[in-house]
Amino acid sequence: MNEAYMEEATEAAGEVENRLGISRREFLQFCAATATTLGLPAGAEAAIAKAVEKARRPSVIWLHFQECTGCSESLLRAEHPTLEKLILDVISLDYHETLFAAAGHQAEAARKQAMKDNKGKYILVVEGAIPVKDKGIYCKIGGQTAIDLLKECAADAAAVIAIGSCASWGGMPSTDPNPTGASSVGDVLGKPVVTIPGCPPNPYNFLATAVHFLTFGKLPDLDQLGRPRFAYGRIIHEHCERRAHFDAGRFAMEFGDEGHRKGYCLYKLGCKGPETYANCSTIGFGDVGESNWPVACGHPCIGCTEKGVGFAKPIHQTAVLRGMMPPASYPRIVEEQGKSSFAAAAALAAIAGAAAGGAAMLARNLGKSEGGTQESQQPKGE
Amino acid sequence: MDRRKFFKASLAGGTLLAAGAGCPVQARENKTMPPEAVGLLFDSTLCVGCKACVAACKEANGMPVEFSTQEQYWDTPLDLSGKTLTVIKAYRHGSAENKDQAENGYAFVKKSCLHCVDPSCVSACPVSAMQKDPQTGVVSYDKEACIGCRYCVAACPFGVPRFTYDQALPQISKCQLCRHRWKDGKYAACAEVCPTGATLYGTVADINKEIARRKTLKAGSQAMFPRGKLGGPDQSYPNVVGKYIDHVYGEKEFGGTQMVMLSGVPFEKLGYPDLPPRSDARASETLQHTLYGGLIAPLAFLGVLSYVAKRNAKPEGEEGGQNE
Repeated sequence: MNEAYMEEATEAAGEVENRLGISRREFLQFCAATATTLGLPAGAEAAIAKAVEKARRPSVIWLHFQECTGCSESLLRAEHPTLEKLILDVISLDYHETLFAAAGHQAEAARKQAMKDNKGKYILVVEGAIPVKDKGIYCKIGGQTAIDLLKECAADAAAVIAIGSCASWGGMPSTDPNPTGASSVGDVLGKPVVTIPGCPPNPYNFLATAVHFLTFGKLPDLDQLGRPRFAYGRIIHEHCERRAHFDAGRFAMEFGDEGHRKGYCLYKLGCKGPETYANCSTIGFGDVGESNWPVACGHPCIGCTEKGVGFAKPIHQTAVLRGMMPPASYPRIVEEQGKSSFAAAAALAAIAGAAAGGAAMLARNLGKSEGGTQESQQPKGE
Repeated sequence: MDRRKFFKASLAGGTLLAAGAGCPVQARENKTMPPEAVGLLFDSTLCVGCKACVAACKEANGMPVEFSTQEQYWDTPLDLSGKTLTVIKAYRHGSAENKDQAENGYAFVKKSCLHCVDPSCVSACPVSAMQKDPQTGVVSYDKEACIGCRYCVAACPFGVPRFTYDQALPQISKCQLCRHRWKDGKYAACAEVCPTGATLYGTVADINKEIARRKTLKAGSQAMFPRGKLGGPDQSYPNVVGKYIDHVYGEKEFGGTQMVMLSGVPFEKLGYPDLPPRSDARASETLQHTLYGGLIAPLAFLGVLSYVAKRNAKPEGEEGGQNE
């Protein structure tokens, strides 16, 4: 089975090799890494390789609203072998304000053309929140408000992906008092969309979602907030590398103290890991291994992916523990202790037997020699 | 002595004892809270079960780790012991989904010395090893005075004092509110380290004020909760107010305790027994002091016994003489 997959994948890689100018090895590594991020079974990398090598690349239109372009930057810095090339070639990025060489009317024309050519087939990616206050005048591109632009582009899109916390749930621009009425893509469109929250989100979560769509023709399994379950299915605290310290009650009390230097749990410094859904701890950032993420670097999680936590709660405020049932190892109220073994029970029985025998003998002898004693004791007993 | 005489003597002795007990002896009252009493406030609704207090207590008191699991990775005590002065226990019921609910819920509870106002261990101690400080009210232990009788272990209704059976020179181990750290300006390590303020240190007066404040808060609303030491540097933080049951454990139980508790789950379910407001020490001391007051009753009883013995001995001696 696996050999057949490998052959298929290798064939596909051959074609990509010429097109993308990366080695076969690098390409297959990318496919395997994507399959792993998605939590797909062995052999899925072949399907991904096959899908990616297809000449027909889906058109992607990428809109920027109220944001810092951090999501794009993060994606550009994904360094699994020359990934920026793959981003540009796996998907056909037809409109992206930051990466575009074109400008002005030329750029807007390109967007309109792409939308016309790929009607109903293109993927719309939205980065940034949409200001809705005062008829949306706080963000305009080419004379169009963000609201109009989003609605226009979303109308014929095959899928809408909101990347980053701003697009997902309002993010930093929506922080109190929210002067521009910054809103999420889902709120403006009035329908649920795929959300990849994070500030910035891990580029591989976005990439894996896009490649999943490309490979299987449908979006990955989503939760009630539109987040892909493969990435946002669990609370950070559940699979944090410092979790053992939490369970053992070892905390960093302040930055730079002994516990902090020893890598103890950052809960007391306000870590929001216990109320934030994301896979930061398992996937890491910056392609330098899985231990490269805020908590591993010694800073408490700020809950950037979670609405109502990131940019809402003070960074060092103690987190609410979500879904934290007591671990099985915790002592119960009444704890059975000193369970006796069979050998111990047998030894005890032997001692008890000997004692009973001895007492019986003693009683018999007493009765024989000192009958009077027993008689005088009787009244007391009555 | 024949049966008839024995009964007579017994009856006489019993009458005398009854007369002694019937004397107007005043039952002693529960002892009162010391003037500068310090204690702990444990709020189960704030406890997240992190066990930081257990770890900090071990470090502050130089206690060894204790393993209850096969993998001996870290300290996992199941209960108070000679090696553990405080422990966090988990209450679970049914699906254990809801925090601080008795039905299908869970809750955490701290076990450590409650520092009774009228402690049984101090009353039971035949020497002066267990003592209650007249000012701060801390129930302390002096291993130099201890004779190892373990009366305190048997007397405590909360099962707090524990004996270090595994040592060649065993002693009692119990929480002493980190009094050895006071000289450095520190206080109970469990309260110092608690990340949510579930365990608070402070004077009993301050603790009572804090309890009164929490009772006025609306369940589910946001409020500020102090951490560390009441009356110390402000470390308060906002948190959601828990749903308290109308019972402050230690307010009245057993004549009151200096560690008091708030919870969302009835305390019987959390392993804290339902105790009367009368302390055991008061009952036992009243009984003992009545029986042995001025040694009058024992001396009188000895007199009765001597009289009976003398009366009985005379005819026996005569009989013996006749036989010779």
